[in-house]
Amino acid sequence: MAFIPGQPVTAVVQRIEIQKLRQGDNLILGFSIGGGIDQDPGQNPFSEDKTDKGIYVTRITPGGPADAAGLMMGDKIMQVNGWDMTMVTHDQARRTLTKKKEDVVRLLVTRKSLEEAVKQSMSYPRQ
Amino acid sequence: MDNESQYSGYSYKSSHSRSSRKHRDRRDRHRSKSRDSSSRGDKSVTIQTPGEPLLDAESTRGDDRDDNWGETTTVVTGTSEHSISNEDLTRVTKDLEESTPLECKRFVGPALGGCLSFFALVTPLAFLILPQVLWRDALEPCGTPCEGLYVSLAFKLLVLLISSWALFLRPPRATLPRFFVFRCLLMVLVFLFVASYWLFYGVRVLEPRERDYRGIVEYAASLVDALLFIQYLALVLLEVRHLQPAFCLKVVRSTDGASKFYNVGHLSIQRAAVWVLDRYYNDFPVYNPALLNLPKSILSKKMTGFKVYSLDENTTNNSTGQSRAMIAAAARRRDNSHNEYYYEEAEMDRRVRKRKARLVVAVEEAFTHIKRLHEDEVASSPKHPREVMDPREAAQAIFAPMARAMQKYLRTTRQQAFHSMESILTHLQFCITHNMTPKAFLERYLTPGPTMQYQQQNGRGRQWTLVSEEPVTSALRQGLVFSLRRLDFSLVVTVTPLPFLRLGEEFIDPKSHKFVMRLQSETSV
Repeated sequence: MAFIPGQPVTAVVQRIEIQKLRQGDNLILGFSIGGGIDQDPGQNPFSEDKTDKGIYVTRITPGGPADAAGLMMGDKIMQVNGWDMTMVTHDQARRTLTKKKEDVVRLLVTRKSLEEAVKQSMSYPRQ
Repeated sequence: MDNESQYSGYSYKSSHSRSSRKHRDRRDRHRSKSRDSSSRGDKSVTIQTPGEPLLDAESTRGDDRDDNWGETTTVVTGTSEHSISNEDLTRVTKDLEESTPLECKRFVGPALGGCLSFFALVTPLAFLILPQVLWRDALEPCGTPCEGLYVSLAFKLLVLLISSWALFLRPPRATLPRFFVFRCLLMVLVFLFVASYWLFYGVRVLEPRERDYRGIVEYAASLVDALLFIQYLALVLLEVRHLQPAFCLKVVRSTDGASKFYNVGHLSIQRAAVWVLDRYYNDFPVYNPALLNLPKSILSKKMTGFKVYSLDENTTNNSTGQSRAMIAAAARRRDNSHNEYYYEEAEMDRRVRKRKARLVVAVEEAFTHIKRLHEDEVASSPKHPREVMDPREAAQAIFAPMARAMQKYLRTTRQQAFHSMESILTHLQFCITHNMTPKAFLERYLTPGPTMQYQQQNGRGRQWTLVSEEPVTSALRQGLVFSLRRLDFSLVVTVTPLPFLRLGEEFIDPKSHKFVMRLQSETSV
């Protein structure tokens, strides 16, 4: 999912809605993120293009809200509740996801398998 | 309790014990001041309870006097016929300082040293000349080696002469209370040395009429060599040893807390005191007694309060108990004087700034009234005859518009005692002559300068007293405290050694400066 600077980014995305779970004083989502424009993109195991500085899901707590909503490890998060996640720092992403006033986050995520699924479905001509 | 005090803000007869105060002659102003009491150097401070007159008849504090004192004092000093005003007092102290007779003690040391060195320098020549004069015929002629020795002798004497002039022939800057140990040591050394040479000369050469002239010349040359080495020793002991810093002195002025830190080398206490005073005149802002006090409106609130009556039958004159009770009660009472102090300070600041603004504008305007006449403009057209003035007249001409603003500013900042109109005019004339801007002219008045700026050049010098618990010729060491006292304030000096520095080394290869992005951090949300 490389991007060319100046050109709009196109991707096939899946909409995932996660309900935050209250644990004591915190609202948790049940996954971990990595990446950001201030991080080293070469160390990202999930990205195809090693210059991609987007936010990726690195771990999912089994049985947590993200798992229940269908988020998968290696997903790249494009938007959170309408806020862009492709050009943010790691800390900004964390803050956007963990806003205390929001119970629900609606993510737009993309993954390799989505692209392929669309390509496959487009290559089969409709009957 | 056997305590009484004088809050000697301006009391120029600062004596220290009760008995001497009684014996003091109150009308004698020209007694040579406090020489005997200061040489005692004791440090008794006495506190007085408000039963007795706190300010005696002569030591008034002029316009800061607090009239609310009338409550418990028996003498109201303001109306006493012996009182003098603040300005008179400063004038009198100045007169007193100028009329101190020139001490001959100041010149004894250098005179002695001068005689000794003259004697030492003339001795080799005497050694050479005496045989020639007395038994010339019997002397063996001495050829080339002697001439070489003559030349080297001459040049060594010349070097000795020049370096003595450079190092030692300087007017002394201070008289020390005790002997300057190193200098005495060196003078004794030189004296013994030259005396022993004369002794040997007398016994070995003059008596038997020695004929070997070359030996005599070598003898004289060896004397000059040794004198050169003694001079080297003198240079090291007197000038070089104290250059490497070893102690840090903290100097605090007792009246307003102005403080500075200095690094000095190994010195005795008295030499360190002279060193500190040298720097005091340059670094410390001038002592202005008018700036010291809290405004009376604030202080007086504390004093009016309640009186303590003791109802005991057997009045044991428990004055400590009384004063302690008063202090405790005053502390317990809710006290808003800090509030007033704050507002008073803010008000004062505002006032000073306003006056300063007016002064700056007035001076700027005044300076635009004159301009320098260049050489080629002298022959100007007869249509505009200009009156050509010299600096003094020019200064007088432009002084008038700024005089009032200046006076008001000086009064607000309480500096009017330091600047007379004459001095302001002289300074203005100086600034005009040197093409200074108004800001440069005002620099002298806007900030209180170092004390050196206000000194009148008189040859009598300033009297300071060194107060110390250790003998003043002992060397500086850690934890030593001594103070330098003058009439109305003192400088307290504390000695701490400079820390020992352990310097390590770390080599950085210039090629080792490399950077990477930070590691991927993973945050769980």
